[in-house]
Amino acid sequence: MLAWTIYISFLGVLALMLLKVSAQAARIIALLTAVAGLAVTIAGFTHLRTGMMTTIVRLPWVPSLGLEYHLAADGISLTLVLLTGIVAIAGILFSWNIDRRTNEFFAFYLALIGGVYGVFLSADLFLLFVFYEIAIIPKYFLIAIWGSTQREYAAMKLALYSFVGSAMVLIGLIAAYIVAGAHTMSLTELAQFPFPHHFQTWAFPLVFIGFGILAGLWPFHTWAPTGHVAAPTAASMLLAGVVMKLGAYGCLRVAMTLFPQGLDPWGFHVLGFGSWRDVLSLLALIGIIYGAMVALVQQDFKFVIGYSSVSHMGFVLLGLMTLNQIGLTGAVLQMFSHGILAGLLFAVVGRMVYDRTHSRDLAVLEKMNLYRAIPFAAVTFIIASMASIGLPGFSGFIAELQVVIGAWRTFSSYAVGTGIGIVIGVAYMWRAMQRAFFGEDDTTDEAHPLPPISMPERIGAVILIGSSLTIGLYPQLILNLVIPALNSPLFDGLRKGAWQ
Amino acid sequence: MIATGYAELLRLVVPEVIVVVTALAVLVADRLVRSASTRSRLIQGAAISCIGCVCAIASLLLAPQFATVYDGSLVLTPQTRMLQIALLGLTALVILLSTESKIDTHVGEYLALILFAATSTMFLVATQNILLIFLSLELLSLSLYVLTAFNKRSARSAEAALRYFLFGGMSAAFTLFGLSILYGLSNSTNLLQIGASIKGPSLNPLLIVAVITTIIGFGFKIAAVPFHFWAPDVYQAAPAGSAALIASASKVASFAIFYQVLAIGFAGADGSGDWGHYIPGWVPAIGVVAALSMVFGNLVAITQTSVRRLLAYSAIAHAGYILLAFLSHTQQSFNAVLYYIVTYALAVIGAFGVISVVEERTGGDKLSDFAGLSRREPVLSLCMLIFLLSLAGIPPLAGFFGKFYLFTSALSAQPQKLGLLWLVVLAIAMSAVSLYYYLQVLKRIYVTEPSSDSGPALTQIASKVVLCFIALTVVLLGCAPNLFLQWLR
Repeated sequence: MLAWTIYISFLGVLALMLLKVSAQAARIIALLTAVAGLAVTIAGFTHLRTGMMTTIVRLPWVPSLGLEYHLAADGISLTLVLLTGIVAIAGILFSWNIDRRTNEFFAFYLALIGGVYGVFLSADLFLLFVFYEIAIIPKYFLIAIWGSTQREYAAMKLALYSFVGSAMVLIGLIAAYIVAGAHTMSLTELAQFPFPHHFQTWAFPLVFIGFGILAGLWPFHTWAPTGHVAAPTAASMLLAGVVMKLGAYGCLRVAMTLFPQGLDPWGFHVLGFGSWRDVLSLLALIGIIYGAMVALVQQDFKFVIGYSSVSHMGFVLLGLMTLNQIGLTGAVLQMFSHGILAGLLFAVVGRMVYDRTHSRDLAVLEKMNLYRAIPFAAVTFIIASMASIGLPGFSGFIAELQVVIGAWRTFSSYAVGTGIGIVIGVAYMWRAMQRAFFGEDDTTDEAHPLPPISMPERIGAVILIGSSLTIGLYPQLILNLVIPALNSPLFDGLRKGAWQ
Repeated sequence: MIATGYAELLRLVVPEVIVVVTALAVLVADRLVRSASTRSRLIQGAAISCIGCVCAIASLLLAPQFATVYDGSLVLTPQTRMLQIALLGLTALVILLSTESKIDTHVGEYLALILFAATSTMFLVATQNILLIFLSLELLSLSLYVLTAFNKRSARSAEAALRYFLFGGMSAAFTLFGLSILYGLSNSTNLLQIGASIKGPSLNPLLIVAVITTIIGFGFKIAAVPFHFWAPDVYQAAPAGSAALIASASKVASFAIFYQVLAIGFAGADGSGDWGHYIPGWVPAIGVVAALSMVFGNLVAITQTSVRRLLAYSAIAHAGYILLAFLSHTQQSFNAVLYYIVTYALAVIGAFGVISVVEERTGGDKLSDFAGLSRREPVLSLCMLIFLLSLAGIPPLAGFFGKFYLFTSALSAQPQKLGLLWLVVLAIAMSAVSLYYYLQVLKRIYVTEPSSDSGPALTQIASKVVLCFIALTVVLLGCAPNLFLQWLR
């Protein structure tokens, strides 16, 4: 059933490539495809209520090498599939105004979505990698063709960073496949294979950092701000909302599941670090604070959101490194929450503001008095930024709270650092909101009023705010899926080691 | 089965005979219609050649699948039969696509030479006798020298051919030298017996010379660093069809026979190229050649502005990847080599097909000539996207599975030690580099806006159909590699 999320998306790509339809028809085809994907996901929710790993399709693919076409979902992947479905629909609604090469735009867009669904649903690591790489090329073209500032540079940087990351992952996967006897790539089977300790010690960081590049792990995050800024609105929404989650998901699903002993202490200390866990959690913390501080001084509205993504993804990675249930749950929740909220923020900045004012410079926006001109955008941004800095009632609060509690239990000094990150987060959001929407200058240009916020934009904003609010008020909806998944035998290796 | 008489021998080589007869028929048929336009002569010749190829493929399917003749001069297995079918298929595709190019006057000769080259590749993959290997190699090379120079009006084409000929002649001398030492050492021309007789605890100094000279000779054929100097010029200046043939069918056969010579002929002299476990032999030598080819090919390709030269340097890099699988020389790694080289050849033929269309239109193969191609030729552009991404190794295209299979087979010889991991890491890192230059071409096609003075689309339907067919095959083999793999067994 859930497998159809993938097939529908690629059928949409085929339809857009082969049929010579008008731009409006292309938009409608894309929207219908995305809605169908979400419908299938919600239907899948009712089937997989336990949150345990459940096989959807399992067919031999290349029997001589033991590769299988194996799709399966557990609570974690289901959460992220749901996120993908929601952001995909919102992204299409917010790119309703794309009128140059519209068919191609939505074809690349749906190809990216299809690849993302595939990664979240793959239970065979070869298949997972295939989908992971399928997602690279559409990203490149979406940014290079429809982007803005330095689009070709940003697109190439993103493509190369992604490809380098996936090359690291591929080395780790091939090595694991060979060491385990070269007869299976199945996630569940490889997770049970006792890889030698010294092997895990180098394979773990290789794969974790390989995926971490796409998750915005400091100091490999530099593709993220430039990529987000150059991308067209829908692509930034997908990049921040979904693609960065691919990386974090890979860290959890592949690196930490396959090589749990990679997190164990080395037995010696280098510069005060006793294990990869120490190194990576420090990098995550630096990401949180660094991203927030850089966001605080940006003049470009979109860069503020771009760096805030780096900061928020730091919470996800720190949550993963806590290795306790509450921290890991928080990490998964934060993936969902940040996906929704980053999507919303980019929609406001890229579509509602930039496409109307043609400026992202806070100094210019300050003089436009946007609160009067486009009040809907201002209100949406206020809600989104409040949710993003952790207003109780929205998903961001419950997610970051869990990460902080988890971090407190494991490395309490880092919890203080996350607190600092959150405080700076309030500051940069406040500053951006203040300058972009509530400028001092009161000279509204009455002669050239900005176009009003269109209906697709309103619907998209309502969908995203509604999703964040739903999870914020009733987190059980996702927690009931994620907690059993984290307690499943798949993570036994992790529990045996440094789990607390 | 041991064949005895000439009648029996002829029965075994019916497919090759069919191809040769087709070549002669093309020559004669072209004579008869001398007055017609070049185009119609090309189409007639291509039609005859393709019918010949199809007949030969049919006869291959019917011909005996197992046979060994006269000291290994003809060793037939289902695998070699399959390989011959693939070679004929590639040749037919090259011929179909060269109907697009402008060959003046000597149409029949051009097609006949392609078919002669095809015949020699068919022999090359089906023999384990060093005499026949050398003869087929020479027939192949001579055909390719002439094919390279076929564009008589282009001085560059002649220069490239001369360079190709001089380098080729020298490498043939090296090959002959190496093979004759082998004969001297083992008193046999059969690779199997050579392999058995040179086995020993230590390497004979003469054997080392034989290993090195043979690697030099074949390294030239497959354009591996440092024997690659001819490749960029030939790729750039030869007619598109000739270049496609050199890059595809000739490469497939050369890699197949190079593998046989090393894995069977030098069976006892392999040594080890594992990190920290160096043992002299051909394996470490090939390891060095592979590493150099991957690094040099990929890095130099980045700076190219001519797409043909770019493909030449990428071919050097691909030769490096393929040599990786030589190092473990198990049955699985031979399968990996075959899968990789055949799918690579398909993608390269397709890419040359698109290049020749662009050259017809704009008169060049510079990156800038590809600007905005997707606006004028969406179908061709999509095909080129598939070919180049397959070469870059992006799934779900055939190139990705090929790389995966190559790398796993290179490592799987010693699963616990992972001794060749250093080379695999290098290869994967370098293929990350390669994405950059393939994207440079695709960027021109999809992102850059077309210049205003672009003419209307002029592509023939036939070559479009062929290109779409190749693109579909590349996608299909990538999504379902088993279709090809089960053939190999």
